[in-house]
Amino acid sequence: MEYILMIIACVFVNNIVLSQFLGICPFLGVSNKLGTAVGMGVAVIFVMILATLVTSLIHVYVLVPLGVEFLQTIAFILIIAALVQMVEIILKKTSPSLYQALGIFLPLITTNCAVLGVAIAVTQRFDIEAGNYILQSVVYSASSALGFALAICIFAGLREQLEIVGVPKAMKGVPIALITAGILAMAFMGFANLVK
Amino acid sequence: MKKLKILFNGILKENPTFVLVLGMCPTLGVTTSAFNGFGMGIATLFVLMLSNMLISLLKNFIPDMVRIPAFIVVIATFVSIVDLLIQGFVPALGESLGLFIPLIVVNCIVLGRAEAFASKNSVFDSMLDGIGMGLGFTLSLTLVGAVREILGSGSIFGFQFIPETYNILVFVLAPGAFIVLGFLMALIRHLQQAKE
Repeated sequence: MEYILMIIACVFVNNIVLSQFLGICPFLGVSNKLGTAVGMGVAVIFVMILATLVTSLIHVYVLVPLGVEFLQTIAFILIIAALVQMVEIILKKTSPSLYQALGIFLPLITTNCAVLGVAIAVTQRFDIEAGNYILQSVVYSASSALGFALAICIFAGLREQLEIVGVPKAMKGVPIALITAGILAMAFMGFANLVK
Repeated sequence: MKKLKILFNGILKENPTFVLVLGMCPTLGVTTSAFNGFGMGIATLFVLMLSNMLISLLKNFIPDMVRIPAFIVVIATFVSIVDLLIQGFVPALGESLGLFIPLIVVNCIVLGRAEAFASKNSVFDSMLDGIGMGLGFTLSLTLVGAVREILGSGSIFGFQFIPETYNILVFVLAPGAFIVLGFLMALIRHLQQAKE
């Protein structure tokens, strides 16, 4: 039950893009076509779960016992960068079709602040002593990534429609996309107070 | 003359937020008030200036193959320093910026300037570029923060001048960030197009 509530909260109420402003760059950058948006969403789900799993293991078994939590930022970004490279190499060798679909998005994910953001948020949000730390962080990252995928897919659908309509010259491109995102965020505010 | 040009390049012509559209996450995430935007801008300015200088110093020693990871380590080091300093001296600011301070690591502006400018130019020029870009970022964040603060809480830098009854709460919430930034960007583009 606790986990179901957490999933609903992460996907709808505290959506990672629309209410926490993480991962805005890919959200604006690769949302022109629905197809690419779906690819990006899937790639983020995959990398975010893996990255959070590894970073929380490192946090629990290396950084905290050694008392070097201040190295967190450096350690996490290096782990994420190395992990993304590794996933890319493994995918290329083992599953060329999946690599074809996700390949171009993988390098972009290293600089996606949502991945690092969730990895750090997990360490602040959950308590190691309370138990279930790893499971909690994996569920949290999976649902956050799902929220990202949902938001970017809806947004790409909206932007495909926006291409057809006439927009004032100064508004073309990013400005109108931002205003659309604002209205979408307003719609997501309707979920507020659904779950704490 | 040339040095001044480097300094002012980041403030107007290549303003990171409104022209290059980089670093959107902090621009949207922390600008609930002018002061928060200003604080975030200054923190980024420090990281930009110091990392640009160090990378420019090390540019002949870093092998080309591993330059991106090397840049990230340099940037992450300075970000950790700034993070600890903010937590130590201005804890209130640290509280409101929260997750976005460690996330300066993945701010595209910092890595972008390291790659595009500092790895090719002298130490002094890189420092000027870092300061210019940082000031441009600070100005735009303060502007977005000020507009949101005036509309949303009727104050500027904490000074209340519109009674609370007339405040439009949505502008300090998530949707307001997108909408204000979208309109400001359109306005700036319009002014530029009118000038041409």
